[in-house]
Amino acid sequence: MKRRAAILAALAVLAAPLAAALPEDAHIIAITNARIVPVVGAEIPRGTILVEDGRIAAIGADVAVPAGAQVIDANGLRAYPGMIDGYSSLGLVEISAVAATVDNRETGRINPQARALEAIRYDSMHIPISRSNGITAAIVAPAGGFVSGVSCLLKLDGWTHREMAIKPAAAMHIELPGLRPARGGQSGGRRGSASPQPDGPALLAELKGLLEGARAYEKRRDAAAADRRLALPGYDETSESLLPIVKGELPLMISVHGEKDIRAALKFVRDENIKAVFYGVEQGFKVAGELAAAGIPVILGSLYDLPPVWEDGYDSLFRNPGILAKAGVKIAFSSSSASVAKDLPYHAAKAAAFGLGRGEALKAVTINTAEIFGVAGTMGSLEKGKAANIVLADGDILELRTNIVKVFIDGRETDVSNRYTELLDKFKK
Amino acid sequence: MKNPAIPRLAACALIAAVGLLPAFADGGSILIKNGTVLTVTKGVIAKGDVLVVDGIIKQVGGDIAAPPGVRVVDATGRFVIPGLIDSHTHVALAGTNEGSEAITPEADVGAVINADDTSILTALSGGVTMVHTMHGSANPIGGPNVVLKMKWGRPSEELVVGEALPTLKFALGENVKQASRTVQPGQTQRYPATRMGANAIIRREFARARNYMEQWDRFRKAAAVKNPPGSLVPPRKDLRLEVLAEVLRGERVARVHSYQATETVEFMELAKEFGFKIQCFEHIWEGYKIADELAAAGIGISVFADSWAYKMEAAEGIAYMAGYCAKRGVLVSINSDSGERIRRLFNDAAKTMKYGGLTEDEALRLVTINPAVQLGVDRIVGSLEVGKQGDIAVFSEHPLSAYTRCDLTVIEGEVYFDRDEIVKVREAAAAKAAAPRAEGGAR
Repeated sequence: MKRRAAILAALAVLAAPLAAALPEDAHIIAITNARIVPVVGAEIPRGTILVEDGRIAAIGADVAVPAGAQVIDANGLRAYPGMIDGYSSLGLVEISAVAATVDNRETGRINPQARALEAIRYDSMHIPISRSNGITAAIVAPAGGFVSGVSCLLKLDGWTHREMAIKPAAAMHIELPGLRPARGGQSGGRRGSASPQPDGPALLAELKGLLEGARAYEKRRDAAAADRRLALPGYDETSESLLPIVKGELPLMISVHGEKDIRAALKFVRDENIKAVFYGVEQGFKVAGELAAAGIPVILGSLYDLPPVWEDGYDSLFRNPGILAKAGVKIAFSSSSASVAKDLPYHAAKAAAFGLGRGEALKAVTINTAEIFGVAGTMGSLEKGKAANIVLADGDILELRTNIVKVFIDGRETDVSNRYTELLDKFKK
Repeated sequence: MKNPAIPRLAACALIAAVGLLPAFADGGSILIKNGTVLTVTKGVIAKGDVLVVDGIIKQVGGDIAAPPGVRVVDATGRFVIPGLIDSHTHVALAGTNEGSEAITPEADVGAVINADDTSILTALSGGVTMVHTMHGSANPIGGPNVVLKMKWGRPSEELVVGEALPTLKFALGENVKQASRTVQPGQTQRYPATRMGANAIIRREFARARNYMEQWDRFRKAAAVKNPPGSLVPPRKDLRLEVLAEVLRGERVARVHSYQATETVEFMELAKEFGFKIQCFEHIWEGYKIADELAAAGIGISVFADSWAYKMEAAEGIAYMAGYCAKRGVLVSINSDSGERIRRLFNDAAKTMKYGGLTEDEALRLVTINPAVQLGVDRIVGSLEVGKQGDIAVFSEHPLSAYTRCDLTVIEGEVYFDRDEIVKVREAAAAKAAAPRAEGGAR
């Protein structure tokens, strides 16, 4: 933060002569000569992006640079929209084995009152590492138990977590059991636990009961509010917290894995007539048509994992995204991590190699994610009027070998230094 | 064991179940044609062929004609590289940690090889042909490790690479002091519980081993005289100290799990004090802080690309480490230490280009020739050179691209993983499953 402030101060000094010529707050950035990959719309082999008031004011091959604009010559670079992580624990988990730094798993099974935003460590060392790899926003989700709590959508820049919040409440998280005991990989534990649990349909029946309870509670509560002669029901934290679900104000994100549970969850969502996003969905390829027909989007879990069921084939996790997308399911990728959340693009690239294709892979870390969380009007692509979340890279943004050169969030150039670079600078000779 | 027929049948059944096809005996001979050949040690051949005959690479170059009866694989548009080598894993074992005591050098993982571990298939699907599979990190002195080829379907003894350097696992830091373990009421905490104790107990054991060797020397000398006294009795044989004596005699090298700079430097001091060889530090997330010390001592490191911050001693593990240390002259390999990461070692190697600025060639070395050197097998594997064993992987794109995919894995000229076959079988099975419905389900 301090370093960013210093850079901003330096920029301010550099920009001083310009500022004199321009009205206050009229600072315009012109990114010129970039190969623009807008994700929505055709690629522009050589074009200009004008950024004003944090938004994209103009974009195209023939955009004139206004006098006084700060020009960033992106010759040889590509411009992409910032990537969005569909599920992470950024800011909630710092060092996973040190309990004092872990805030994503509340105790007990039913915690709809737990809100990720309220625990975000906004100066987490993992956030600038993700940001400097071109990720500009992330869903930060609570985990564990059965009703894990409420996730938020963060932009990966800001002075406090409140300033970073794009959506303070993004989804209510439900966890159904995984297909096998967790093992290996960074995502360990997220796909279920080794201890015996009720199966998916039984848990969904329990959830149905919770939602019914919330509806009944609301009715009594509202009736009592309107008529003081009626008995006032006691404050019910669980029902209060679940009300946004039954009112359709907040989607459920159901962590669901096997074919049988996916079918049960589809039926549940239909019966309850609620908004839902599925997460994980490792056997989605077996139910792709039904998922598409139901219009339920899917946030894929980490592809840094083994196939949960060997019979599905060694590459089932890698093929799954492509099969879902071809069937018409809207998919988005996730890191499902904090410490390697920076790897989001590589999950997408892996799926691209196993049938998804590169174009769809890119959408599934940008515009699809924005659409799934209802923010496509302001982010997820490089289009006029959207927030200027822009990444300049010296190659394909999903490539391991590509260097990210500059990252803008809301039109502001962010600090690409991070814990890695700080420690390297400290110890290198 | 010369007749692998029965294990192969069993393997066949399992492979059928998991959808992987073994391409049985190609007689150890294969010609891979028209690929971009990345030899690792002898440059890149833009359109090249690699011929393996009876398990050994016979020719690397262009326009090689297939000897009669040798299978030819067309690698047009694909990349041909040496089979990847994982310098630190725990796959294909029936047990990993003898953690009931702190000092267990007699607990040899080579005695519990599990050739039926599906991790072998996972490894093959990521182009890995050889692994150093190790005792766990529960103990300051663990046990001997073993180097295996990923010959799925073969009996365990055929997997063992006899040419490899004998190694012994040591471990330092949080795992050894059992930092994450809650001691239950009534239990006592195992010694050591600090880094002080870990260092002390290792020093004690080497001192005991030195003393033990001296006892045997004196006995042998005394027994070698013409008329040894009738009262002469040999020292008590100690299977733990025997293994440490191998280390002190230079017949076995140390592979040391370490994280912090301090514990690492202290172990180096210990090795100097007792005169034994450290081949490699494992994980060593603070290695970049002592890169020059490691380079000067000629000690290699086997590390993750960027899996970090999972515990306190990994909280300063930066993704620049592998690349930075390699540039400072340390012999670096990237390991998986995982039955999952093992199938994306090439992805991890690629990260050292972005973080650390290695070239493609330098990055690829981290998972091929460098681990081969660390395991003492660089004369037989680790690069595509005439005379080396025919361990080869074929990738759909450059192996350091995020978009790549392993399509074929060959060990000593035999195909152990063939994605094209898997896809063919899968599609045939899908077509067959769909067929009765298409016919209206008569019967």
